[in-house]
Amino acid sequence: MTRRGARTIRVDTLARVEGEGSLYIKLVGERVADVKLKIYEPPRFFEAFLRGRHFSEAPDITSRICGICPIAYQMSAAHAIERALGIRIDPAVRLLRRLFYCGEWIESHTLHVYMLHAPDFLGYQDAIAMARDHRAVVEKALRLKKIGNRIVQLLGGREIHPISAAVGGFYKTPTKQQLHGLVDDLEWALEASLETVRWTAGLQFPNFEHDYEFVALRHPDEYPFNEGRLVSNRGLDIDAAEFEDHFVELHVKHSNALHSVVRGRGSYLVGPLARFNLNFDKLPEAARKAALDAGLQPPVKNIFRSIVVRAVELVFACAEALRAIHEYQPPAAPGVEAPNRIGVGQAITEAPRGILYHRYALDENGLIVTAKIVPPTSQNQKRIEDDLREYAAQLVAWPIEEATWKCEQAVRSYDPCISCATHFLKLVVEREGVKD
Amino acid sequence: MNSKSKCKPSIAVFKFASCDGCQLTLLDAEDELLGIAGAVDIAYFPEATRAMAKGPYDIGLVEGSITTYHDAQRIQEVRRQCKTLITIGACATAGGIQALRNWKDVDEFIRVVYATPQFISTLKLSTPIAEHVPVDFELRGCPINKYQLIELITATLAGRKPNVPSYSVCIECKRKANVCIAVARGVPCLGPVTQAGCGALCPSYDRGCYGCYGPMETPNTASLTSQFRILGQTESQVARAFRGFNAWAWQFRKASEECERT
Repeated sequence: MTRRGARTIRVDTLARVEGEGSLYIKLVGERVADVKLKIYEPPRFFEAFLRGRHFSEAPDITSRICGICPIAYQMSAAHAIERALGIRIDPAVRLLRRLFYCGEWIESHTLHVYMLHAPDFLGYQDAIAMARDHRAVVEKALRLKKIGNRIVQLLGGREIHPISAAVGGFYKTPTKQQLHGLVDDLEWALEASLETVRWTAGLQFPNFEHDYEFVALRHPDEYPFNEGRLVSNRGLDIDAAEFEDHFVELHVKHSNALHSVVRGRGSYLVGPLARFNLNFDKLPEAARKAALDAGLQPPVKNIFRSIVVRAVELVFACAEALRAIHEYQPPAAPGVEAPNRIGVGQAITEAPRGILYHRYALDENGLIVTAKIVPPTSQNQKRIEDDLREYAAQLVAWPIEEATWKCEQAVRSYDPCISCATHFLKLVVEREGVKD
Repeated sequence: MNSKSKCKPSIAVFKFASCDGCQLTLLDAEDELLGIAGAVDIAYFPEATRAMAKGPYDIGLVEGSITTYHDAQRIQEVRRQCKTLITIGACATAGGIQALRNWKDVDEFIRVVYATPQFISTLKLSTPIAEHVPVDFELRGCPINKYQLIELITATLAGRKPNVPSYSVCIECKRKANVCIAVARGVPCLGPVTQAGCGALCPSYDRGCYGCYGPMETPNTASLTSQFRILGQTESQVARAFRGFNAWAWQFRKASEECERT
C-alpha cells in the first residue's frame, strides 16, 4: 500500500444507523490526519418549543425525538418532572416502568444486534441479504424483536411513541392476567437471548482495545434503568442533579450535535459496555454466566464486542421482564396526582444506547420554563471520533473499501442514534429567578 | 436488499427532519418484513442497508419535514427520481412537532442561544413535503400505522386506491365499544376532529386523543373548541391541544390561532 499521498475514507451516508450522518477520515501516509463524524441531520429545537408547554405534555413531546427509543425519553422526562414536583410513584408503577424499559431494550437491542450490526461481521449489506443464507437466524431475530415490541404495545398501546406513560405513573395499568399472557413468549425469548450471546460470541472481532472512561448509572440492588447514581471507572459518583457540573458540551462546526466531555478529562463512553463493566455484579445469574461463558470478563474494552454485551443485556431484559411480571400486583391507581408547583428536576435513565439526561424548570402553572436534554449519542460522539482516530491508524495499509467498511462497523458498534443527537442543538437560556 | 431482479418494483426510503419512527415502522413489521422484501426490491433504505442503488425508483417513501435550504433542494431531486411519491407520518404530511418553530422568530432565537450561530443552517419554517413537490399519497400518523403502510404499498403496486379511511377517531372508538371519555368523564379529547388510524388508542387507555393523525376530512374545530371551553379549558390550553404533532395542518393551525386571538 502507498505511503505517499493523502487518502480519504469517506462515507457520505452512514447506513444502518438511526438518522443522518457521514464519516470523513483523512489519512496522510501512515498518519490519521483528520476524523470527522459529521451529523447533518437538521436541528429540530425541542428544548425551545418545550418552553411554555405543560409538564404533562413532556413525555409525549420528547418521545418524538427518537422513534427507536421513545420510552427512554418518556422515562427521563417523567422522572425529572416528578422530582421537580416532589412526588413519589407507587412501587407497582416503578416495577411496570422497569418492565416497559425491558420491552424497549429487547426490541432496540435485537434490532441492532441482528439487523444493524451483525451484517458487518458476516459481510452482508443488510439483514435481508443475510436472511438468504441465514434465514433461521433472521427469523429468530424478528420473533425476539416482536416480543420486546409486544411488551411495549401491551403497556403503551403501540410500539413507536406509546401513549400510556404519564408524569406520576401511567394513564392505564395492565391487569395481572394481561401480563401473564407474555410469559410463554418471554421464556422463549430468554432462551433465544442466551443463544444470541453464544452466536455473537462466535463472531470475529478486530483486535482493538481502549482504556475508556465508562459512565453509567449504578443502583445498590439492581441493574440500572431509571434510578441510581451516575458513576464511572475514574471515580465519578454523582447525583443526576450534579450532571451539568461535571459534563460540558462543545459546539463544533462539522456537527449538528454538541460534543459532550467530562470536565477536565475529555471523551467518555456510555451504553451497554459501560453499564456492563460498572454493573456486572448486578446482572442476574443467568446473564453473568452467559457473559463469562462467552469470554466476557469485565472490564470489556473492545468496542466491537459491544454486540455480545448487548446480547447479555437481552438475557437480563428477558429475565427482568419475567421477574417483574411474576411480582406485579396492580397499583391502587395508575398514577399519583401531579399538582402544579414551581420547581426544578433532573433525571438520568439508561436508554438502550446509554444515559439520557433531562432537566426541567417549571413555573407555578406547571408550564416548562427551561428544558435541557442530553442524549446518549451526543455523549458518545466525541468518543467515536477518538476511537476512529486510533482505529483508522491500524487500517492505513488496507484497501480503501475494506478500511471504509471497518470504520463504519466501528461507528455502528456504538449503535448511534443521530436523530436523538441533533434534537438538542439548542442551548437553553436560563431565566433569572429559576435557579438550578 | 440489493436484488437485481428487473421485474420487482423498487422502493426507496428517504429521511428529512424527523425521529426515524415512521421508517422504523417498516422494520417493525416483523411478520411481514421478509415477505415485503421478497415482493419488492428495497433499493435505497439507509437505515436498513449499506447497499444504495441509484434511482429512478417505482415508489419513494418520504419521512420528515423540510427545515433546511439543502433539504428543500434535495426533495426536488427525490421527486424526480420517484414514479410514485408517498409521504409518511406527521412530519412529512404536516411539518411535525418541529413546526412549532413556525410561530417563533428562529433567526433571533439562533442569535441569542448559539455560541457560534454561523454553524447553524435552518429555515424559518418546518413545512410538509407537499408544500414543495407534488405528492401522490399522504399517509398520516405520529407514527404511521404499519398495517396502513402495508395496505398502501400493496394498493400502489396493484394500481388501486388504498383503503385508508379519513373519518374521525370517534368512529374507531364506537367500533371498539369504548365509553366516550369526553362525554362520560369530561376529558378533553381531539378524537372528533382527528383522523382515524391508531385504533382509538388514547381513549382506550383512559386519556383524551392528542391528534397524532391530524385533521379528519371535515373537522368541526370550532365546535370542539367551544366544547373544550365548556369542560373548563382555558384559551391557551385549547390552543396547545391543537398545537401538537400536526400543528401546521391548516385546520389545526387555524383553530389554535383563533384561540390565541380570543
